[in-house]
Amino acid sequence: MSTINETIEGEEGATRRDFLHVAATGLGGVGAVMAAWPFIDQMNPAADTLALATVEVDLSAIGVGEAIKVMWQGKPIFIRHRTAKEIEEARSVDMSELVDKQSDAERVQEGRAEWLVVTGICTHLGCVPVGTSDGEDKGDFGGWFCPCHGSHYDTAGRIRKGPAPKNLAVPTYAFLNDTTLQIG
Amino acid sequence: MAEWIDAKPKNKAAAWLEERLPVIGLVNNVVGVDTPTPRNLNYWWNFGSLAGLMLMVQIISGIVLAMHYTPNTLMAFDSVERIMRDVNYGWLIRYMHANGASFFFIAVYIHILRGLYYGSYKAPREVLWMLGLVIFLLMMATAFMGYVLPWGQMSFWGATVITNLFSAIPVVGDSIVTLLWGGFSVDNPTLNRFFSLHYLLPFVITGVVILHIWAKKVSDSGNPLGIDVKSSADQIPFHPFYTVKDAFGAAVFFAIFALFLFYMPNALGHPDNYIPADPLVTPGSIVPEWYFLPFYAILRSITFDIGIPFTDVVIIPAKLLGVIAMFAAIIVLFFLPWLDRSKVRSGKFRPMFRWFFWFLVIDMVVLTIVGGKKPEGIWPVIGLIGTAYYFAHFLIVLPLLAKFEKTLPLPESIANPVVKAAE
Amino acid sequence: MTMKFVKNIAIALTAVAGLAGTAMGAGAAKHPMQMEWSFEGPTGTYDRASAQRGWQVYQQVCSACHSLKYFRFRNLAELGYEEDMIKAWAAEYTVIDGVDDAGDPKERKGLPQDAFPSPFPNPQAAAASNGGAVPPDLSLIAKARHDGPNYLFSLLTGYEDAPADHEAPAGKSYNPYFPGGNISMAPPLAEGIVEYEDGTAATQEQMAKDVVNFLMYVAEPKLEARHHMGLNVLLYLMILVVVLYFSMKKIWKPVKEGKNFYKK
Repeated sequence: MSTINETIEGEEGATRRDFLHVAATGLGGVGAVMAAWPFIDQMNPAADTLALATVEVDLSAIGVGEAIKVMWQGKPIFIRHRTAKEIEEARSVDMSELVDKQSDAERVQEGRAEWLVVTGICTHLGCVPVGTSDGEDKGDFGGWFCPCHGSHYDTAGRIRKGPAPKNLAVPTYAFLNDTTLQIG
Repeated sequence: MAEWIDAKPKNKAAAWLEERLPVIGLVNNVVGVDTPTPRNLNYWWNFGSLAGLMLMVQIISGIVLAMHYTPNTLMAFDSVERIMRDVNYGWLIRYMHANGASFFFIAVYIHILRGLYYGSYKAPREVLWMLGLVIFLLMMATAFMGYVLPWGQMSFWGATVITNLFSAIPVVGDSIVTLLWGGFSVDNPTLNRFFSLHYLLPFVITGVVILHIWAKKVSDSGNPLGIDVKSSADQIPFHPFYTVKDAFGAAVFFAIFALFLFYMPNALGHPDNYIPADPLVTPGSIVPEWYFLPFYAILRSITFDIGIPFTDVVIIPAKLLGVIAMFAAIIVLFFLPWLDRSKVRSGKFRPMFRWFFWFLVIDMVVLTIVGGKKPEGIWPVIGLIGTAYYFAHFLIVLPLLAKFEKTLPLPESIANPVVKAAE
Repeated sequence: MTMKFVKNIAIALTAVAGLAGTAMGAGAAKHPMQMEWSFEGPTGTYDRASAQRGWQVYQQVCSACHSLKYFRFRNLAELGYEEDMIKAWAAEYTVIDGVDDAGDPKERKGLPQDAFPSPFPNPQAAAASNGGAVPPDLSLIAKARHDGPNYLFSLLTGYEDAPADHEAPAGKSYNPYFPGGNISMAPPLAEGIVEYEDGTAATQEQMAKDVVNFLMYVAEPKLEARHHMGLNVLLYLMILVVVLYFSMKKIWKPVKEGKNFYKK
């Protein structure tokens, strides 16, 4: 079998010949790797999914003291137009009373403290708390109440009573103008 | 004859694995350094590996497409458009899969023609040949169901025509059709099950391909001279000689594939399939994809009943006869090793046989053209002649040739006169 | 007749069969005029200015009857329009989105992610408004007809008086490019029916050319990416073929010279 091995390993004067074979194999390998990319990238979010990555909300219809629910990236978002009383209540809470210590100022945007934007998913086990629409139970702290296991959130969306460990998450948002909110 | 060679890998880790699961040895013995192969294989021998490559292209692109496709009549067409417009590189993968099917058939048809010309179906390769035909039948079923999935006009009406064929079977025909449809016409249940089976069959094909390669290993590769290997002087190791040759062939094949994929991706398809399926509107002409056209021509060419002459009694209606002829066109190939009993394998040494081989090729091309035409004018007659020749070739010409042909003298060996006598 | 001759016939026939492509069946329809399109050929690209004018034509003329369901307002960005313009166009349309608390369908202004709204709520309404014929959706029309772009251009500019021996049924117009000659669509492009924003003269030919460019883009938005990738892939494969060829020749040299590899 020695002659076979000789062929594969190359005889004398083989450097240039070997380079050719290495180059061919390398080129083929590079092609295979580059060809693999589309098959991986196709699993990334498609154009129509990305188009829904941000959502614009018209705030002009939300009166003071009212709140709405919108969908963003498949999740419910609560947008509440807070009353002065609700803002005051949120600000006056002592840190030591909070399970997840965050001040009201950390959870709203400067100059726009009347707008509270939180993800409507209970941080306990994922139910959607009630308290957005008129007539719904807002819980003991005037914010939201999760009927699944009894978590109570306050007017800044912070957990005050019940099994939930964290405050309602605040998504990335920005005000395009006084009446338009962009989430995401 | 080749013996099974057990080379031990030199690398320690490789040797450890080899002791527990001899995969390295297996690869080496099929396509590796330890696979003695005839030294005279020509480029017609590339098409087996090309077919295998296209099977992998189809499986990979298909699995990825299945991540985005919805097999429901209300959403199928839309989901394909979403793939084409919104999914990252979706257009590339969809066109790859659609054109890949055509190129899979191109490779397989040339591979079969190679077998016909060089007598690859003769002893001891009969089972190898028949496994290949099983793969071909599975490919046709897979491709047929796959074409239905986009739920365009041709998808729907092609499915309707072909499933309706089974009603030609006497007694149980209608029940079989209802079973296939899952309803009273091609509709959502049909689409859904076609998707399931279209996903399944390629893996069945892969299993049969493994058997096909195993059978080839047992009988060893044929060669263009059609004579057996006499000594190891006739052979060279598969690696590196045929690995590099297969790689070269694959690069050329993929370049042609790329030409279609990137510059004429709809050339082999039908515009009507860009119209969503409408059960109330029949397209002007229902045609299958090009690779089915010869069989479609054979199906439509039988327009006469078989009955008792001079009476109205029909024994076999034309529709059933057409279906039988279509399937018989492939079934007859299973009997080829016994229809063609010539002791000489390769067409290279069979001058009369060569003529008829090329007649057969012309016949298949003519049948392909006929299959794409509307069954009017001169086309039905040409189709009937083509069908008649097809069956005559296998049932009459080949057996007669085997008996009466004067073959050319065979060379002494594959190596002679290539190998220098001095060695 | 030699073997070579017969073999050549076989190969030639295969080529003919291949080139003949999807054989033109019957079709008393007139063969479409062969125009030159910027997107044709391996290096084809879209004429964006023309496609933008075509969007205008579609919006102002065709969308009265024809839907464009696979085209979304955000797709206009690839034609060169700014996001503000796109938002404004989308907002001109109302879209049904969900139900209100009373269970009635809720309407809202269109957004860039919406598909272009259909002029009719369903095919039956479409047929009722158009003498029984449903105006086809135009998203894929350029690919859904043989020689699509040429066919569409010819159809749109090809209306003429019916010949003496041809009786066009009531409610239909004569168009020699339409299979059978009797098309339900009345000639849609009258000269000057659209006033182009870029000032181009809106002749029938110009509008037809522009709307075909637009419709081809709608049918095949990835054409330019496909051509571009094709160039790179083919270049790569050409190089790979050459390198593999020389590698193969070098490896095979001893075999061709008759070397015996299994000699003990």
